[in-house]
Amino acid sequence: MTLDKIFVILLGFFGVITTYWFFFGKKEEKVEAKGSIDIKVEGGYSPSYIIIKKDATTTLNFLRKDPNPCLEEVNIPDFGIKKFLPLNENVPIVITPKKKGEFPYSCGMNMYFGKISVI
Amino acid sequence: MKTKSFAISGMHCASCVRVLERALSKVAGVDSATVNLATEKAHVTYDESQVNDDNLKEAVAKVGYKALLGENGHSDEKDIRKKKELKELGIKVLVSLAIGGLLFWASFPTLMETAPSLLKDSLIQLLLATPIQFWAGFSFYQAAFSSLKNRNANMDTLVVIGTTVAFGYSAFVTLYPEIIQGLGIDPLPYFDTAVVIIGLILLGRFLEAKAKLGTSDAIKKLLSLQAKTARVVRDGKEMDIPINQVIVGDQILVRPGEKIPVDGKVLKGESAVDESMVTGESIPVEKYPGDLVVGATINSTGTFTMQATKVGSETVLSQIIALVEKAQGSKAPIQRLADTISSYFVPVVLMLAIATFVVWYVFGPTPAFLFAMLNTVAVLIIACPCAMGLATPTAIMVGTGKGAEHGILIKDAESLEIAHKITTIVFDKTGTLTLGKPKVTDSSVMENIDEVAKTLTLHITPQTPLEQYIFSLIFSLEKHSEHALSTAITSYLQEKTKELPVEGARAIAGLGIVGTVNHEKVIIGTKKLMEKEKIILCSELEKKAQLFAQEAKTLAYIAVNGKHVALFAIADTLKDSARETISELLKIGISSYMITGDNKQTAKAIADQAGIPNENVIAEVLPQEKEKIVREFKEGNGKGRKTLAFVGDGINDAPALASANVGIAMGTGTDVAIEAANITLMNKDLRSVVTAIRLSKKTMRTIKLNLFWAFGYNVILIPVAMGVLYPFFGLLLNPILASLAMATSSISVVTNSLLLKRAKL
Repeated sequence: MTLDKIFVILLGFFGVITTYWFFFGKKEEKVEAKGSIDIKVEGGYSPSYIIIKKDATTTLNFLRKDPNPCLEEVNIPDFGIKKFLPLNENVPIVITPKKKGEFPYSCGMNMYFGKISVI
Repeated sequence: MKTKSFAISGMHCASCVRVLERALSKVAGVDSATVNLATEKAHVTYDESQVNDDNLKEAVAKVGYKALLGENGHSDEKDIRKKKELKELGIKVLVSLAIGGLLFWASFPTLMETAPSLLKDSLIQLLLATPIQFWAGFSFYQAAFSSLKNRNANMDTLVVIGTTVAFGYSAFVTLYPEIIQGLGIDPLPYFDTAVVIIGLILLGRFLEAKAKLGTSDAIKKLLSLQAKTARVVRDGKEMDIPINQVIVGDQILVRPGEKIPVDGKVLKGESAVDESMVTGESIPVEKYPGDLVVGATINSTGTFTMQATKVGSETVLSQIIALVEKAQGSKAPIQRLADTISSYFVPVVLMLAIATFVVWYVFGPTPAFLFAMLNTVAVLIIACPCAMGLATPTAIMVGTGKGAEHGILIKDAESLEIAHKITTIVFDKTGTLTLGKPKVTDSSVMENIDEVAKTLTLHITPQTPLEQYIFSLIFSLEKHSEHALSTAITSYLQEKTKELPVEGARAIAGLGIVGTVNHEKVIIGTKKLMEKEKIILCSELEKKAQLFAQEAKTLAYIAVNGKHVALFAIADTLKDSARETISELLKIGISSYMITGDNKQTAKAIADQAGIPNENVIAEVLPQEKEKIVREFKEGNGKGRKTLAFVGDGINDAPALASANVGIAMGTGTDVAIEAANITLMNKDLRSVVTAIRLSKKTMRTIKLNLFWAFGYNVILIPVAMGVLYPFFGLLLNPILASLAMATSSISVVTNSLLLKRAKL
């Protein structure tokens, strides 16, 4: 086996490990919402993990900065919410969770995800 | 002071901004107005007591534009934005595909022989490809970059890496051909690959976005049903006002052919109203004073005055819209698997692409680098996570929308999904299988009445037929009772009689009514009442009475001047659609049961008429026991679980509706029933139960086909792009073909969902 092939194998191995670590190894940024919370929509949701108290009416202010059409809609299925997010415009979504648990939310194409944890 | 932002349609240049700002500032009470061309929005600060939406709309309309204010604004605004985006995307698609076509012509083996030599020049190709890569493809870079910042990856990431590799390599080959030559590789660029991929994927996005606009048609249709104005009578004056200014209690005049503006009650006049937009029922419904009317339904021929009882978000139409929107935003359980896969998909594809490169570089034929690069690009380009993401939600959107068109309101995607598995349906009897209103089913007058009448000394005019006279006596007396059975008799006799003077009408609780009508002594009531009044029963009518009793009918005996002369049989009657519904359900493998508080005999009589087997009748059930029985039934009574639907007619059935796998509420738009039920049928036609199940089955079939296609596509074509067929057949996937496949895959999923719109239910 030539040197370049060994190099490519090592590089590939490193590439796979890095990809795995980069995408799956990230820690979710958990933020507790007190009354309201601003969520930036840019290449995903920031913060993506929101903690809300049960029965507390909370306003989630979504602000889409990303022109990617994938993110133009936010979908919180457990609350029956599907909302269009105009670019650079604050879209308030008010929820009052009645049940404890983790409720996922995502973009309209189910490519970007976030979670609402009700405690 | 209040600040309001709203979209404006029709803007095209900077001068529009000034015109609009001036027009809005001139409105009395407006403090400031700014208009933004890029966002096509106006921001106005004004005094609420002086300015309303209509003033602003009018000012904008005067200068030739349209202000999108009010409830419809948001959806219109979304459409306008989408259309603008689509226009820009369309230009990018055209330019990229045109340049892509030229580059393809100049690069494809054999075809390139016919291309002009200028096009074959690598430097010219570089000049042509660069704007496509970075202008048309800019959105991919932008999205990929912001995703990577959040350690996320999506389709754009794959497209960016794939096309950048092809473009970068080609640019390198063009600028430093000698280096590539030194490695023993023919220095051929692959600009066509990068450019055509961008063009085709943009084309896919363009078509997909256009198709997706169609999936939300149902809500748009519902919104457009709303009337724009109402003719109200205030202080004795009639005036047309915008619908959002109508308040509860307003008296509204509705003329022939007009839409009823809000929900209300008929005060004066009568008419037939086409309620098909709400109930799906095509036959117009007669409306008389006191009847309820629903906003957005169409008045046909008469004129009437109504009183507004519900306005704004309280109206039935607004509730329907809210419910459909909520359902469209919910998630079907079947989607969970697709979601899980989606969240891992792109990073896994990236890893597979790296592996592809390594394997081809190490084990592939020469030129190994080229094979490795092209196959890696093919893997990145062919993977299509979007098709998986779109498979379920698009079908749910079309399915729930189609339901609403038929008067079938589905609470959420989960209900729609479970409904296709229903094996057993329990019907509530009264009001669901039956009309819920007792009706006269049989009426008999004694056969030799002409003979008997001679002995009765009746005050009848010679020209009045005897039977009609007796019916008139009955009708006139029954008018003095509010008992449900009396109502059944009066509505049965309404057409056949005329009212006569009544004296001393007296109801005898639980037995009937007695009184003097046109000087005749009339007694109407039970057999017991006849015995009490010492009336000798007519044996011929008594025989009939026994037969009617066997059919579980209630009997009304009638005596005139001390003689038993007539007999009425009254029963709650089966709905016309019941028998057909039960047999349709049986055809699709669903067995029907009936639950009722009535005694066994009555229950069986109705079940026989409906075609429900006797062993499927659950009679003598107390209202509070219904829920328990439904729950036990669902568990299968030890014979295995069933997917059970309960069909009931409203509030008192709420616990049973909630307890069933699928609760179907009939013919009611009340909040309580909607809340408890999974599916609400806006009309009282039982066949809608079958339609709802068919809709569920068809939607699920579409979803399954979509998922099968989306999964199958990726599972089969990613390995093909990696080159698994190469050792056996020497087959490799050209990256251009990969982009074509990728572009068609998500379009086909959306198109398949749209086909549901045409499905016959």
